[in-house]
Amino acid sequence: MGQKILFDKIHIPGIKTYDVYRENGGYASVEKALKMNPDDITEEVKTSGLRGRGGAGFPVGLKWSFIDKKSGNPRHLVCNADESEPGTFKDRYLMEYIPHLLIEGMITSSFALGANLSYIYIRGEYMWIFKTLERAIKEAYAAGWLGKNIKGSGYDLDLHVHCGGGAYICGEETALIESLEGKRGNPRIKPPFPAVKGLWQNPTVVNNVESIASVPWIVLNSGEDYAKIGLGRSTGTKLFSVSGHVKKPGVYEIEMGITVDEFMNSDEYCGGMIDDRPLKGLIPGGSSVPILPQHLIFKTANGEDRLMTYESLADGGFATGSSLGSGGFIVYNDTACIVRNTWNFSRFYHHESCGQCSPCREGTGWMEKILWRIENGQGTEEDIDVLWSVQAKIEGNTICPLGDAAAWPVAAAIRHFRDEFEYHIRFPEKIKNRDHFVNEPFEKVKHLLNSVTI
Amino acid sequence: MKVTIDGIEIEVEPGTTVLQAARMIGGDVVPPAMCYYSKLKDTGGNCRACLVEVSKGSEADPRPMPKMMPSCKTGVMDGMEVKVKTSERALDARKAVTEFLLINHPLDCPVCDQAGECDLQNLSFKHGLEKTRFKEEKRTFEPENIGDKIQLHMNRCILCYRCVHTAEQVCGSRNHGVLNRGDHAQISTYVSAAIDHEMSGNMIDVCPVGALTDKTFRFKSRVWFNKPFNAHRNCDKCCGKTTLWMFGNEIQRVTARKDEYHEVEEFICNECRFDHKEVSDWVIEGPRKFEKFSVINQNNYTRKMDTVKIATEKQILEGREQDRKKISMKEVPYKNTENS
Repeated sequence: MGQKILFDKIHIPGIKTYDVYRENGGYASVEKALKMNPDDITEEVKTSGLRGRGGAGFPVGLKWSFIDKKSGNPRHLVCNADESEPGTFKDRYLMEYIPHLLIEGMITSSFALGANLSYIYIRGEYMWIFKTLERAIKEAYAAGWLGKNIKGSGYDLDLHVHCGGGAYICGEETALIESLEGKRGNPRIKPPFPAVKGLWQNPTVVNNVESIASVPWIVLNSGEDYAKIGLGRSTGTKLFSVSGHVKKPGVYEIEMGITVDEFMNSDEYCGGMIDDRPLKGLIPGGSSVPILPQHLIFKTANGEDRLMTYESLADGGFATGSSLGSGGFIVYNDTACIVRNTWNFSRFYHHESCGQCSPCREGTGWMEKILWRIENGQGTEEDIDVLWSVQAKIEGNTICPLGDAAAWPVAAAIRHFRDEFEYHIRFPEKIKNRDHFVNEPFEKVKHLLNSVTI
Repeated sequence: MKVTIDGIEIEVEPGTTVLQAARMIGGDVVPPAMCYYSKLKDTGGNCRACLVEVSKGSEADPRPMPKMMPSCKTGVMDGMEVKVKTSERALDARKAVTEFLLINHPLDCPVCDQAGECDLQNLSFKHGLEKTRFKEEKRTFEPENIGDKIQLHMNRCILCYRCVHTAEQVCGSRNHGVLNRGDHAQISTYVSAAIDHEMSGNMIDVCPVGALTDKTFRFKSRVWFNKPFNAHRNCDKCCGKTTLWMFGNEIQRVTARKDEYHEVEEFICNECRFDHKEVSDWVIEGPRKFEKFSVINQNNYTRKMDTVKIATEKQILEGREQDRKKISMKEVPYKNTENS
């Protein structure tokens, strides 16, 4: 059993309520933090090597140290609970079952940053969690952990939960800030970064739920202890939300550094493939990261074991690697159709593009339409090349990373599964009449591609 | 601050953007701008047509920037080196943006009032493909009436947000904005209300394409058949300095005066724009200069006109001399002698 930091107390009955949480050592980190110097907490988080859990993996301590303390403007901490990436549902689990952990993390982190007004921005679809959090915050106010002069330390903090309107783009930190200000959720152009000019032009730090929920443990123990868990620059534990064709899908907390093989096949975690069908592909970090084909999942391109760390999953760049992303672990067996899956992702990004900058606005729609045609047996050979060039033109030319997120899955699918696209184009009748590949997995019909000459 | 754009050095004030520095140099190093508008605050960054490559960040940090930067939003640093037309990547990105802007654009230039003074036309003329790779159906919108003075043609819109910024900054009160998301985002008003403000006509001038056009000028004439004259009148709402677009002695439309980047010099009010179409209302200063290669220049009366000779009648009747010879005599070289 690996060490649990976030899920340590999650199975205690009634942990949702303040009393049970407090009895089990809750809010101890706040008590400790309020006696510390705020800058020391930041230093502690820096030594822990905690990296942002929202997807980009930017070191949290470093992000905190960028916040502009000199200007004297009020500072804000915003918790990004707008978890909308297809395949990622870890924050939902954390907030639903142990809401006080997040609130405790928010208080400790806000104190470290010197923020007196902090927000949790939650997506609109998580309405019941919004209510859970509101109730938990009310309890925390009643117990004196929030409000004026917290526990006699002279530190004030107000915490609000804000419910978004249900837009994926509002998970991007500047779009989130815009949305929180009550505007249309369009990402801002950086620089200036939120650490200088964020919410209401004040210095702001935006962190993922999981990052913030890890802070209490770091404060209670120490940054060094946290850095001991994990491997290399990937320290600590990470939540993975596993979905797809595995025996035991769900949210798992792992110590970083175990192998992908162990994570997928051990009984402690995913428990192997469902119905013991062969593995076809894996998306290790939510829909926006590249898919890995079967031969690159357990071993990297140069034959090393692939580990559950930021570095190892990204090993080989996008040619033979992927990215840890936000930890949405999606497993496909041989009955999955990669083209259909890619189309589905593309459809999502088309729907969620904010429409502010032209490559993403027009390109995502274009890709979705081409993929829809290929998926329905109306594609042509050159469509694959057009698709490749469209994704290459979106990537890197947009304001925010949504353009990249839309381009990467398409690029990886063509890179690793090009023959499946060709099969869709050359055998439209088979595609139209198939039962979503269940009765005719691609491996069985692959030989047709070689037997037909055009 | 010293900044080098395509090898040309220029000294600029701190806080200048790369695009502004390029405009100070002028010529063909100026990246195209579809959404940036120097007269409005906070514009730019949306269209990505002005992407440039920064090959050297600054004197203090000489690393190149990994991503292409929007020149309209990137502030200059001391010692910065920027590549605009010398960068293959930047030109590729510009071509990509042009293609993206055109895939859902109706390409109805023959019936569009903006044709001839359209920034998207210019952009696609320079950087566009001659054919399309987009086989799908273009997205369309329901037509919407936003008032009796301004015609909204949403299908042509490239969502540059210029008109939204105009409404915020020039009109004072904003009664239109962007609805919906992604490629279904559209400029619209709150429950089809009319756009009603005395400065609202300026959104016609700022629109880079034919999405917002003048209803009083609609289908009256092509732009290049008109002759622009500078004129002014005493107006208590605005500066009153305008350009009159004349056909003979008739004022067909009134716009603000635009500079070489098609940006208005000063905003004008709706009264000047829509209500004064009599020559007697205006003090005409004189004909307005326009770009050498502007489509308006095709009708330029200041240029000496060549007499057009039509020398084809004989050829039509008898065929070309060379062809007649070639048919009968193989040794006669195939060379155009008559039409040279």
